[in-house]
Amino acid sequence: MSAWRAMRTFAGDAGLVAAKDLRIEWRARTTLGQVLPFALLVLVLFGFALDANRPALRLATPGLLWMTVLFVTVVAAQRSVALESADGARRVLLLSGMAPAAAFAGKAAAVAVQLLAVEALVVPGAVLLYGAAIESVPLVAAACVAATVGLSAAGSLLGAVVAGVRAHQTVLPILLLPVSAPVLIAATRAFADGLGTVAVGGWSWVGLLAGFAAVNVAVGAVAYGPLLEDA
Amino acid sequence: MTPPAQTVEPSGSPVVSYLDSPARAGSRFTRWLGSATLAGIAAVAALGLLTVPADDVQGDAVRIIFVHVPSALGAYTAFGLTAAGSVMWLWRRSAWWDTTAHAGAEVGVLLCGLTLVTGMLWGRPTWGAYWEWGDVRLVTTLILFLVMVGYLSVRALGGDPAAVATRAAVVGLVGGVNIPIVNRSVNWWANRTLHQQSSLTEGKLEDLTLFTLFLALVVAALAIWWMMVHRFRIGWLERQLQARDLETALAARRAEAGR
Amino acid sequence: MTVVSLRGAVVLLGGFPALAGADLGVDRGEVVLVSGPNGAGKSTLLHLCAGLLRPAAGQAEVLGCDLDADRARVRRRVGLLGHDTSLYGDLSAAENLRVWARACRVGAADVGGALDRLGLPARLRDVPAARLSAGQRRRVALAAIVVRRPELWLLDEPHAGLDVEGREILDDIVTAAAAAGATVVLASHEAGPAAGLATRTLAMAGGTLTPGPTT
Repeated sequence: MSAWRAMRTFAGDAGLVAAKDLRIEWRARTTLGQVLPFALLVLVLFGFALDANRPALRLATPGLLWMTVLFVTVVAAQRSVALESADGARRVLLLSGMAPAAAFAGKAAAVAVQLLAVEALVVPGAVLLYGAAIESVPLVAAACVAATVGLSAAGSLLGAVVAGVRAHQTVLPILLLPVSAPVLIAATRAFADGLGTVAVGGWSWVGLLAGFAAVNVAVGAVAYGPLLEDA
Repeated sequence: MTPPAQTVEPSGSPVVSYLDSPARAGSRFTRWLGSATLAGIAAVAALGLLTVPADDVQGDAVRIIFVHVPSALGAYTAFGLTAAGSVMWLWRRSAWWDTTAHAGAEVGVLLCGLTLVTGMLWGRPTWGAYWEWGDVRLVTTLILFLVMVGYLSVRALGGDPAAVATRAAVVGLVGGVNIPIVNRSVNWWANRTLHQQSSLTEGKLEDLTLFTLFLALVVAALAIWWMMVHRFRIGWLERQLQARDLETALAARRAEAGR
Repeated sequence: MTVVSLRGAVVLLGGFPALAGADLGVDRGEVVLVSGPNGAGKSTLLHLCAGLLRPAAGQAEVLGCDLDADRARVRRRVGLLGHDTSLYGDLSAAENLRVWARACRVGAADVGGALDRLGLPARLRDVPAARLSAGQRRRVALAAIVVRRPELWLLDEPHAGLDVEGREILDDIVTAAAAAGATVVLASHEAGPAAGLATRTLAMAGGTLTPGPTT
């Protein structure tokens, strides 16, 4: 019974932090006004870079899509950190006494929601622009969710690593992108199957994405506390 | 005012001076170790370049394994120490392990770079290309290299010593747990591995080649030991220096009150 | 009952000993003023007592919890007014306080009352906190402490940036809190406005504390 209450407290705190971050993002319109146009722009530029060659584009669609999402993750994680560092606001999380793991879950969930919103626009956008077609909606959706959870967890944790550091804009990509290599590989493969480009056993790739998500959520839950304390 | 009873150390954990002469990173033991390493390197070079015959299939390129395999194993060992040290810092706030983690990362990045370069040099004559995306271990090692370069760049950001240690430890931990996933994903992705399947177990190598490789592994272990000890002691001396500066700073700070 | 007990506390900020062996004992219900010049270590002292910093040496206990091992429990029971107001600029004053109240689990019902008490006009409660003036933001930050009703109040230069009316409200709140059994530590570079509140004054310089007002 007390475990149940602890879980409810945890979920309540995480929800509070996530709702707060999303409300701030909604006010500032960063995702809507800057990140989404940026993502679409990247899609268009990839089109130019590959010389609008339809077969090549169709083949490259999964990879290009996930490269775009990876860039957006860097931007979203940076925003998520920045809004805690302004005017000592990070102290709200620390002084309130909520479990650091709950704060981490909330921060990561807010990033995940933004990433999913971007994917909801970019995936159909790429399908339209590059002339691809979705063959398996469940596979594509599952890959999106699993990849997004993993990316937001890793992004939020590594974002907190560089919080309060002068050079954080340049350091975060160096930390996040190599670690995200499995997401790029696995999500691209899963999409290649889901978009019917290559039949490659997409669901086992979704399993790998889920593994990445589980590992990084667990590490974040453990490591976020020391980061809030020390950094 | 009462002066603090314990020794004060910038990371917040107590410093134990374990060196008899704290001004040096070397000792009689490390000089002996270093000499043995140098002799070993000379022996491996002589054996590997002059005595060992060229391989039937790989030709002279086989000689690269005397550098490639030991540095690869060494890099993974050193990074293992970094991961262990990261965990121990987060768990126990152990300054000893934090210094070890830093030393492991620097030594590991050096060896990892050597592994990549020798791997590519070996790949050119063997596969006809410096870089082969199908090689799981090489691709994984490159990702690991990039992660650890990130680790060192976090170390270099500076700031409060405890904050630096914690930031770096989280990066070390994240890198450590994700490397198996990277390896698995690259493995599936490449579908097959071009990597020289462990030449040792298949008994394809000449006896002398095998002997030289084992000698090279032993010599590499000595060299890594030597480097780790020195890098660790430099890190530890830095801590002691900071602790000594701190005594001065504390005295100066308290003197402000006198005015 | 001793609320704050520091003996030879050392706090390092980036290697610099901001607190260089501070001794402090504060009993329940006291209102202690710590005065001293800029850079004396007053803010560090308050941050240490709030459980935000780790003592590098010495003994430090707040509310019966050791600051080396048990900072998280201290943080739940103190109210800190720092130089920065810890407000999210894109959220309004009322929203900031509601998030804070729910995070502290004290119920958001008191938010309106706390803002009333700090005299923040109703029209300002729903504009983004970033658009408030420095003094108004400070009132909101004080309201956050009122909402939490902590056992230990740590106020860093509380009068700075407040107008005459604001200072009177602040003084009333501090007096009422102390009367209700809370303990208050104030830090100020000038003894002036805070001296009337204090039951005891300590001088701070060079990261150490001495009894008696600064001369």
